[in-house]
Amino acid sequence: MSQRKAVALISGGLDSLLAARVIMEQGIHVEGINFFTGFCVEGHTHAIRNQDKAKPKRNNALWVAEQLGIKLHIVDIIEEYKDVVINPKHGYGANLNPCLDCKVFMVGKAREWIEAHGFDFILTGEVIGQRPKSQRADTMPVVAHESGAEDLLLRPLCAKNLPETLPEREGWVDRERLYDFSGRSRKPQMALARQFGFEDYAQPAGGCCFLTDRQYSTKLADLWQARGERRYELDDIMLLKVGRHIRPRSNFKLIIGRDEGENNFLEGYRKQFTHLRSTSHKGPLVLLDGEVDDADLELAARLLGRFSQGRDASEVEVEINRNGETATRRVRPLPPDEIRQDWYL
Amino acid sequence: MSEHTLDARNILCPLPVIRTQDAIAELDPGDVLHVSCTDPGAINDIPTWCRINGHEVLDIEQDGREIRISVKVGSTG
Repeated sequence: MSQRKAVALISGGLDSLLAARVIMEQGIHVEGINFFTGFCVEGHTHAIRNQDKAKPKRNNALWVAEQLGIKLHIVDIIEEYKDVVINPKHGYGANLNPCLDCKVFMVGKAREWIEAHGFDFILTGEVIGQRPKSQRADTMPVVAHESGAEDLLLRPLCAKNLPETLPEREGWVDRERLYDFSGRSRKPQMALARQFGFEDYAQPAGGCCFLTDRQYSTKLADLWQARGERRYELDDIMLLKVGRHIRPRSNFKLIIGRDEGENNFLEGYRKQFTHLRSTSHKGPLVLLDGEVDDADLELAARLLGRFSQGRDASEVEVEINRNGETATRRVRPLPPDEIRQDWYL
Repeated sequence: MSEHTLDARNILCPLPVIRTQDAIAELDPGDVLHVSCTDPGAINDIPTWCRINGHEVLDIEQDGREIRISVKVGSTG
């Protein structure tokens, strides 16, 4: 009999690392698959900021694959994923996180992948009760069914708490050597990690998606409201990860770089936006998103002054680039008590 | 053997890795792909992806913010 093959959904966290390793121990050929939605929290996004430059810049999914010694296939699902975010059949979690629809979608993509590549089944690191929406006793069967994976979906860390899957029934995998983890405790996973000799691993799952972040979700909801429709492009959601976002008027918002790293990143978007910078003082690059009149530009320039090193000066000079034309104006930086807290997104 | 270039500048990881992966899928073993990128994370991630998928990094050059990584396509099977 030829060696059976499984694809493991690799998030970069501990659970999927362990799930893959448990099955590799049973002689199954395992390769990893990782989906890029555009909302993934990557060390590099944080690393745009100067203060985070000391942190290691690694992609955890790649790192996990290297620890396991398996291939990793990273799949760009940005376009298809929009429908999951905008129209989640099962609704959102605490923020704009469509966790159950997301899991159904990803397992469904993995099912398509195994059919296209001649693999036998799918692995995930799911654990019953680990996540409030997508990893519950009542929702895990929904993932298996709605993804079309059915009993080709094996969750090695909690398989003993679930009905037998095809790989178990066929004897490709020994059910007795699978696990019965449940609940939110991480202790069983940490013990298993020690058993396998994994000492350095990413923090528990759940922190891998910006949509679970309240502030990020607020910015995305604001984007949709400002546009009058629920849609986004990749650049939109990348920019929501960077800078200080301030909406002083309903018709425009400012994206203000917080340090040199963010200013460099925002530089790449200059041509797509009206943008401002101070020519008299050091300060941020500011992108202006929206349609504005002269009074709005004045307010934007004064806000920029507030976030520049000229904040205490009587005047700062601001260069405004709009529609390919450059204009300069001198403004008084906005005093802090005139910046309303509800302008901050 | 042929040489190819890929512009992956001004996009954040993992997109430079994905673009590299997709470009290499269209090449033959022994071909060389020169990838240009600006995300500092790519300097680790593209070589990691190459190691786990059986490709060889021939050279990494950094010029200001721009990073150029040359990859020789392996026999990935």
